[in-house]
Amino acid sequence: MASRIEILNDGGFRSDGRRQFELRDISIDFSLQGTADGSVTIHHGLTQVLVSVFGPREAKLRSQTIHDRANINVEVTVAAFSTGERRKRSRGDKRLLELASTIKSTFEPVVQTHLYPRSQIDVFIQVLQLDGGLLPACINGTTLALTAAGIPLFDFVCAITGGVHSASPMLDLTTLEENDIPHITVAMMPRSEQVTLVTMETRLHVDRFEEIFRLAVDAGRVIHNEMRTAIQARTGSLVASLGSGQKVEGETGVVTMMEINES
Amino acid sequence: MPQIVIKKRPPEEAVITQRKFFKKTARGKVIKVLRERYLRDDVACGIVNCSACASPSTTLSYQGDLTHQKFPNGHYVLPDTNVFLSQMDLIESPLFTPPIILLQTVLEEVRHRSLPLYNRLKALVTAEDKAVWVFYNEYRSETAIVREEDESPNDRNDRGIRTATAWYNTHVALSRPPVRGQQQPSPPQIVLLTDDVANREKSQKEGIPCISVRKYIEDTKDANSLLDLLSATGSDDIEPTKAQAGASRTLYDEYLSTGTLLAGIKAGELHQGHFNANQYNYLEGTVPVPAFTKPVLLVGRANMNRAVQGDVVVVEVFDEAEWKAPGDEVVDQEATLKNDDADDSGEEGEDGEDGVPIVRERNPQADSKKVSVEKQPTGRIVGIIKRNWRAYVCHIDSTSLSSSSRTSHSLQTVFATPVSRLLPRIRLRTRQAPILLGQKILVTIDRWDVSSRYPEGHFVRALGGVGGKEAEIESLLLEFDVPYRPFGKAILGCLPVEGDKWVVPPKTEGGVWKDREDLRGLDICSIDPPGCQDIDDALHARWLANGNIEAGVHIADVSHFVHPDTPMDSEAASRGTTVYLVDKRIDMLPALLGTNLCSLRPHVERLAFSAIWELTPEADIVNVRFTKSVIASKAAFEYEEAQVRKDDPNLSDPITQGVRLLNTLARKLKAKRMAAGALNLASPEVKIHLDSSESSDPIDVEQKELRETNSLVEEFMLLANISVAKKIEESFPQTAVLRRHLPPPSTNFEKLQDILRKRKGIPLDVSSSRALADSLDQCVDPSEPAFNTLVRIMATRCMLSAEYFCSGSVSRDTFGHYGLASPIYTHFTSPIRRYADVLAHRQLAAAIGYTPLHPTLHAKANVERIMDTVNRRHRMAQMAGRASVEFYVGLALKGRGEKGEVREEAFVIRTFRNGLGVFVSKLGLEGLVMFKRDIQFDADNYTVTVPSSVGGKDVTISVFDKVTVRVEVEKDKNTQKGRVKMVLVSPVDSTGL
Ligand SMILES: [Zn+2]
Repeated sequence: MASRIEILNDGGFRSDGRRQFELRDISIDFSLQGTADGSVTIHHGLTQVLVSVFGPREAKLRSQTIHDRANINVEVTVAAFSTGERRKRSRGDKRLLELASTIKSTFEPVVQTHLYPRSQIDVFIQVLQLDGGLLPACINGTTLALTAAGIPLFDFVCAITGGVHSASPMLDLTTLEENDIPHITVAMMPRSEQVTLVTMETRLHVDRFEEIFRLAVDAGRVIHNEMRTAIQARTGSLVASLGSGQKVEGETGVVTMMEINES
Repeated sequence: MPQIVIKKRPPEEAVITQRKFFKKTARGKVIKVLRERYLRDDVACGIVNCSACASPSTTLSYQGDLTHQKFPNGHYVLPDTNVFLSQMDLIESPLFTPPIILLQTVLEEVRHRSLPLYNRLKALVTAEDKAVWVFYNEYRSETAIVREEDESPNDRNDRGIRTATAWYNTHVALSRPPVRGQQQPSPPQIVLLTDDVANREKSQKEGIPCISVRKYIEDTKDANSLLDLLSATGSDDIEPTKAQAGASRTLYDEYLSTGTLLAGIKAGELHQGHFNANQYNYLEGTVPVPAFTKPVLLVGRANMNRAVQGDVVVVEVFDEAEWKAPGDEVVDQEATLKNDDADDSGEEGEDGEDGVPIVRERNPQADSKKVSVEKQPTGRIVGIIKRNWRAYVCHIDSTSLSSSSRTSHSLQTVFATPVSRLLPRIRLRTRQAPILLGQKILVTIDRWDVSSRYPEGHFVRALGGVGGKEAEIESLLLEFDVPYRPFGKAILGCLPVEGDKWVVPPKTEGGVWKDREDLRGLDICSIDPPGCQDIDDALHARWLANGNIEAGVHIADVSHFVHPDTPMDSEAASRGTTVYLVDKRIDMLPALLGTNLCSLRPHVERLAFSAIWELTPEADIVNVRFTKSVIASKAAFEYEEAQVRKDDPNLSDPITQGVRLLNTLARKLKAKRMAAGALNLASPEVKIHLDSSESSDPIDVEQKELRETNSLVEEFMLLANISVAKKIEESFPQTAVLRRHLPPPSTNFEKLQDILRKRKGIPLDVSSSRALADSLDQCVDPSEPAFNTLVRIMATRCMLSAEYFCSGSVSRDTFGHYGLASPIYTHFTSPIRRYADVLAHRQLAAAIGYTPLHPTLHAKANVERIMDTVNRRHRMAQMAGRASVEFYVGLALKGRGEKGEVREEAFVIRTFRNGLGVFVSKLGLEGLVMFKRDIQFDADNYTVTVPSSVGGKDVTISVFDKVTVRVEVEKDKNTQKGRVKMVLVSPVDSTGL
């Protein structure tokens, strides 16, 4: 089809003007939403998600109570106007359930759940707008929201997508690019240098995989820096407002990330 | 490690950088589309030594072009989209030399409007003799613009182009800091080239330098030659000509709008397909569409509505009551339209519409008599989805010149007659008409208006005198789109530095020997046609201790030299195949590889890719393995030499024994293939004898002779290809490069079946390849041994052609090769001359773990794209080869004709209302015998009855009859185009008919 958009043109530019290894703009907003203990709105390119964390609090359902640690509960909803076809996705949507369970299993080993036996941590993710990289935006947002809620983590989890167009690897794909080229999502923990999640929905040859995988891990570190800067800025403003006796609107929690003070 | 960064997008930029809109999909759903773009300051201007950009790669000189009279301080041109769309020939001309700035906006618009032009444009960007810089204006912060609310996309793009031109002019001025104490020279100008008057007016208001194409060309140093290249669409500044003045009368219906067409196709009321002109009747064409088993027939110019061979068109099908059989008459454009005036658009057509005798003169009774089976849907063209116009090789029709102007250099309108019979005459305006007479020239169609009977075009360049061998060869290369430029520097740079001194290094050095088997000790030999220089393959066979036989096929290891993603690889991919003409070979790979380093010459060590089988004496495969190897061929035989050697009872050396063993196996392999239903097809193949290699004048033509040893080599190549196909499909089920031959739809055979039944009483069973093979064996006429071959040739023409494909792109049950009766097939054995084989080599090397597979061969879309090109090139190469044989047959006939009359036996293969189609097997030549007088024609029984010349009884001639024809080459008086003419000599002399 002649009118198709070129994924990577001869000048080395992608359809949105980025080069292969340039990530989209990320903006992080910690303003609180309702009664949440921690919440964050993350814009990654045009993808926009709101993550709200409640807890740790007493588990409501007996069946979900675990005697020696906290249970993490993740729910994902997609706003009808977010993208693509305008339709209502019910809570029972298979893809959303899968997404939620992926996020849950990504964070279970990272949250220090043993500190809160018999309790529950709720993570509600609202997808407000979608232009590729949904899973990474959800994971990065969850890391930030958990931090904002003061829940101790062993490490950050930073995620990003990567793909390959013909022979050229590229990072952080838009919807247009995700639809066209094979891609993977990688979530890594920068401090322990561990990878907690790799997903791949399209076929990708093992030789290509390794290259993109390495790139995505490197990109994870860049994302990590960005997230850390955002948290430091927020901590700074919190401390400042505490010191001056001012009340930060609705804010009570204290950040307990050892990570922040590192380096 | 590449630098990974986050591109920050300032929030205040959101207006320009973000777009949200709703779009309706093909299925009618409304979806929301989000787009953003990142504006940057590192998009380079491309001018060498620019202090602001400091880009490592630049293509534009510091001062621009200094030869234009209007721009003494130097200039660069920045053409708008329409300049590329309508004046590509001008831009491509080697005389057009200013540095060109190509905006991303323009490049993308060209891409959406015409893919062929886009490809030509991309070729220009990389051409060594052009200075073109692509400026990504939509990504540079100063030049990116947003469409305003009431602005059309066109206006938006025009504004973007003006903005970029203005920016460039400022940028050039700012990036040249004054040197202390020196007078700053005026900076060069960036000139917007556009034929859009409104755009020029706006530019002038904004102070942007701009000019029309014609005005620009008039002041260039080669103005005279360049002006001829201007296309007709660009002639807006010249006064209206007679043709345009008389344009009030429309001859054709306007096309429907694209929206109406697409809706009609979707609703099933209209049908889309490729337009095929009829080579026997210029007033008839067909469009195969999926909705009907038979193609839709278009009768008459009005119904063909300005379609040209190869265009993608939309047809409206008439009521079934109007369906009819195709015309059964030969209607020749040149004969019927001799007197049209090129200056006129069609007024003279009052009775000049005489061009439509088949409509008027068709005998209604004959029509109604026809069996309904033969009727096919009729219709008319209501729109064009895509034009496939290209440059056509033509002759100027001398009668179309106004006689007074034979020596003048005034502008006149003339007819160019394309060499191909499938194309209409093209009207063009030129100042060089008298010089171009008697030459082959290249002409492009620019447009075809409803008021113009003929398409209008412009002259591209002259190829040389008609009949001159150079011009003829170049014209046929152009006609079949064969890339024939010499290999460029970048490509030759990919060759081994040692050049022809390259040798396989000693084994002790390792290197290329890594993972290679040493097969230098084997008695390997090659068997090829005489004079073969590019030896792709060599063979060996020997007895094993267990009573089985080891047989090996060793193929030149081209992929050792041609690496993916190099200039040489891309060139080979775009050439697709080596093209063989009678006295010229256009190589796919540089000669150093093809005829030397890769060629498996005897007595030298060469790298090979070997397939080695263990076969039982009954030729059943026990196992097969593949390995990269080093071989040293012991002998290079010609087919005949190998045959003689095999049959000589006095010889018993290991090589001869090997050949005998191979031969025995080959016969068994062939028997197995035949038993499985492989077809023994025939196509007319002749061999041209050249006088001597220097003069290359043909002295005679003879039919190709096939020896047993031809078949020996063929069987083993088939075996290797099949074994490799299995292996690579197993390893790369999504992207294996394979070749298939789809079974022909049985309707293709209807006519041949009917003829055979009626004329010979022979049934033809086409239910499977096996049935067809058996049935073809039964097609014998004891009195005429050549009859069987004739039927095979005709049957072959009913079939589809084989094609390359990517295994993941089609369903698995369509992998089969019908002609070979093999469930899977590929091409592996000729990597020197076919690109598909190079890919198969790379995939096989990866399948055996020799090298990792290059990522481009994992990408299905990429493999599909290459397959499309290779298939097209392959088809074109075959046609070019055939055309070249025809040209030499013509020359040989002319030579023979000078010594006396040429008479040959021929078979009748078609009957027409006014002629016979005959096939001269000795010359491999098909021709027409035309009758001027009325004859009786029985379409149902495929006969014509002509009065005997001696005044005796009438003679009836039917399809399959053997006749004698006199073959002459006559030159068309108007176009100087030589063509073969056939006259019946026996059973009747048709000279007076
Ligand atoms: Zn610059």
